[in-house]
Amino acid sequence: MAEEKTWALVSEVGGEHGYLEELADILKQHFRIICYRELLEDPVLHGPKIQVLFMWKYCPAAEPLLLGLLPSLKVVVSGGVGIDHLDVPFINSLGAKVANTPGVVSDSTADLAMGLLLASARKILDGHQIAIDPKTMHIPQSLMGVEVTGSTLGIIGMGEIGYKIAQRSKGFEMKILYHNRTRRNVEDEQTVRASYCESLDDLLRKSDFVVIAVKLTLDTTGLVGHRELSLMKPTATLVNISRGQVVDQDALVKALQSGSICAAALDVTHPEPLPRDHPLLSLPNVLITPHIGISTYNTARRIVEKMVENALAAVKGLPVPNEVKLQLHNQC
Amino acid sequence: MQSVCYVRCVRRLWGPAQASQILNVTNMHRSVCQLQHKKVMEDNKPWALISEVGGQGYIEEVTDIMKQHFQIICHKDFLQNPLLHGPKIQAMFVWNALPAPEPALLSSLPSLKVVANGGVGIDHLDVSYITSLGVKVTNTPGVVSNATADIAMGLLLASARNIVEGHQISVNPNTTHTQCQMGVEVTGSTLGIIGMGHIGCKIAQRGKGFDMKILYHNRSRRSVEDEQAVGASYHDNMDDLLKASDFVMLAVNLTPETTGLISHRELSLMKPTATLVNISRGLVVDQDALVKALQSGTIRAAALDVTHPEPLPRDHPLLGLPNVLITPHIGTNTYTTTRRMVQRMVENAMAALKGQTIPNEVKPK
Repeated sequence: MAEEKTWALVSEVGGEHGYLEELADILKQHFRIICYRELLEDPVLHGPKIQVLFMWKYCPAAEPLLLGLLPSLKVVVSGGVGIDHLDVPFINSLGAKVANTPGVVSDSTADLAMGLLLASARKILDGHQIAIDPKTMHIPQSLMGVEVTGSTLGIIGMGEIGYKIAQRSKGFEMKILYHNRTRRNVEDEQTVRASYCESLDDLLRKSDFVVIAVKLTLDTTGLVGHRELSLMKPTATLVNISRGQVVDQDALVKALQSGSICAAALDVTHPEPLPRDHPLLSLPNVLITPHIGISTYNTARRIVEKMVENALAAVKGLPVPNEVKLQLHNQC
Repeated sequence: MQSVCYVRCVRRLWGPAQASQILNVTNMHRSVCQLQHKKVMEDNKPWALISEVGGQGYIEEVTDIMKQHFQIICHKDFLQNPLLHGPKIQAMFVWNALPAPEPALLSSLPSLKVVANGGVGIDHLDVSYITSLGVKVTNTPGVVSNATADIAMGLLLASARNIVEGHQISVNPNTTHTQCQMGVEVTGSTLGIIGMGHIGCKIAQRGKGFDMKILYHNRSRRSVEDEQAVGASYHDNMDDLLKASDFVMLAVNLTPETTGLISHRELSLMKPTATLVNISRGLVVDQDALVKALQSGTIRAAALDVTHPEPLPRDHPLLGLPNVLITPHIGTNTYTTTRRMVQRMVENAMAALKGQTIPNEVKPK
């Protein structure tokens, strides 16, 4: 019976930030869902019933005003692995746990990283635009890309996603360099034939493709700025699938305009979306996708299933599989 | 080019008036003989006919490779005086099917020893006819494979993950929020490769990195070792492969047997969630059938580096379908690969001229 199901707050079903119907159905199997709009119609009545807040694409935002309406909240579960948008200590201080969904996001994010790399390197976007342009009369001979096979890939951030990117690029016989807070074990390195670069500068100098796969923390904010971009080869491409703030966007614009680097492919920017007059939008050598790293039916479903799993555990007072417990130095 | 040396000597002896007549003869060779030392070196270089530099032809950056071993004449210049130039030409370099080695052209090249194609596909060449004239035909297999396999994966991923659509949303001046259609999962999906030659195998190698389940169909089965290297399973029956695949990849060469290989029936066997990727030749696919299949949702999407013709007429229905990604035959379009192709083309031609074993001779069936 619907009354016995735990109440969970979601943004909306359908709409720009909402869940697809079929994904909402997964939530509804275990929870009594209330949309943000419905909560606001009578927060005094509905608020105290809510034990779970499901965040999808950052909505609803777990801010003090909202959390203040939810005295019974046991857990905030965010779909995705990034938690830079969450004030974990604050949420904890209200007696609620925080959980994310690592693991299930890694394959599709790594796939998109490779897709962006290839699309940028081989000018697939330009090619398509020429192919369908009403004015195109001849096949252009001058649409030349850069060779991917055998090139050097530098991965900044060799966590689960970074490692899966390495696995995929091995099939392209790419030479793999990586930079990480800590070195991975020898077996891991040998499996993907990746070489550790203790010096980020080294990796930047040697790479034809630099892929950023770190999480956003105080340490990684602005990690790639003027200096780092100037170290890169002028023929190199920057691929960012982490967070917009890891890159100094103004520095990136300058580097692309001046030819300091060849191209950039970004699934993430800051903000999302960029203001419509932002220079990145009009540069010819930039490919931007709207944060679709996890946008496949399969992965979205797995994320929602994992969100449910974590929420059920929290509500039952059991250990939460993907509880986010922050060390102070990891905070944003 | 000994005549040029002679002319220069004569010019000094006779003075400008008389020498000018002789110099007219040398004007044609002017572009080839800019410097004294170059002139001496090029004296013995054989002549090769090419389409053009720029335009539909070669990028400027690769002409130095040809000029190392050949004196180059463009088709347009050749046509100024075919009677004069024709007999000198021993090699013809074909790039993007140009110049077309047709009877009218070949008959004006009595000294022709070789038609060297840039690229591996030779469906545009009448090999039997050309070889019947005592002329060898060569292509450039191998050197094209990596770049082509790379574009195959690039198209697969771009289509599966809606990268082009995503970019267009991201940069659209009217975008206030970003809602992009969900893509389909590549990792762990089933990749069915039709045509498991050098390129097909390299595609399989790349697909394996994505934990894709690899099926393949080929005229002949590959060795167990080859199969195991990429975890590919042979499907004698192409229909089975079509039914089971999430991504169907066409990597055959174009022959009478593969023309129209994928038509209504084959497309209807595919999953409605499947994507067709074509990096072979446009004629391998029945394009009208493809349009219908895409419009009706018989298949999810198509990604094509090749069409027939190229480019498509501007009013062709494929151009207007939202679930079609088309690139203008850029499978080998990297500087590295283009250079390697021209290098190999030149090597093949040199071997033919010297009567040596030709690395990539194409023999008539």
